[in-house]
Amino acid sequence: MSIPLNYYIVLSMVLFALGIAGVTTRRNPILIFMSIELMLNAVNLSLIAFGRYLGDAGGQMLTIFVMAVAAAEVSVGLGILIAIFRTKDNVDVDVLNGLKG
Amino acid sequence: MTLQALLSGQGLMFLFFAVAAIASGLLVVILQNPLRAALSLVINLFSVAGLYLSLNAYFLATVQVIVYAGAIMVLFLFVIMLLNMGQANLNTSYRGIRTVIAFASAIGLGGLMSAVAVKGQRAVMLPDETLVNGSTAGSVEGVGKVLYNPSLPWLFAFEWTSFLLLVAVIGAVVLAGKRQQSSEGKA
Repeated sequence: MSIPLNYYIVLSMVLFALGIAGVTTRRNPILIFMSIELMLNAVNLSLIAFGRYLGDAGGQMLTIFVMAVAAAEVSVGLGILIAIFRTKDNVDVDVLNGLKG
Repeated sequence: MTLQALLSGQGLMFLFFAVAAIASGLLVVILQNPLRAALSLVINLFSVAGLYLSLNAYFLATVQVIVYAGAIMVLFLFVIMLLNMGQANLNTSYRGIRTVIAFASAIGLGGLMSAVAVKGQRAVMLPDETLVNGSTAGSVEGVGKVLYNPSLPWLFAFEWTSFLLLVAVIGAVVLAGKRQQSSEGKA
């Protein structure tokens, strides 16, 4: 008796919704980044589940690329965050409303 | 049928990691202290790695632990500590009615997507094992055989991923590196 595919998909949707809630309610950019990681992980989980249940290895390949893009995004994003923090003391996204460095 | 599926050995493994993933994901969203939220995210990433294992994606479960829970989370914790955000007095307080609306819409969206996933059920049979040229799809050998196969589209994307990472490294150094003052000789 194996677990139906739906269970994995529903779990992935719940994690994705949690990530959305985090992105929309948090004011600290680092916590917003972490919520984005949560959403990316939810998508990875659904990709792997679909790949496993449909007998296609492509889902795992897409997951590898999502991981690479997430790593790149985090490194650049945290770099931007450090640059912002160097010029301003505040890292509240409600206060950071200027594009000028 | 479904309850019976959850009470098998595989089902209990799924249940354990699913509950851990949802609980730690909730903690990431609601905890006030950024450091604790980051550590909850580590638990979440480990739980998702366990779910990968239950889906026979052995290589990706390892990569999840090494890259996500290892490298990326160290980066997060490093920046949190560098910017001295460990205290709970940070501006993570909620925004009243906007928070309520945001949570309500997130719950609504999650419920809607879950309903679609349940409603659109087709009898998807779990295949015994996905084989790639005779090796399991999730093993290192299977992943390599698909990823580096020139007749499949992944090899091209893989090569360009290296370029993407190079751009990210240069971008991070340019953004976070020390600004050179005109009066000083070296930075």
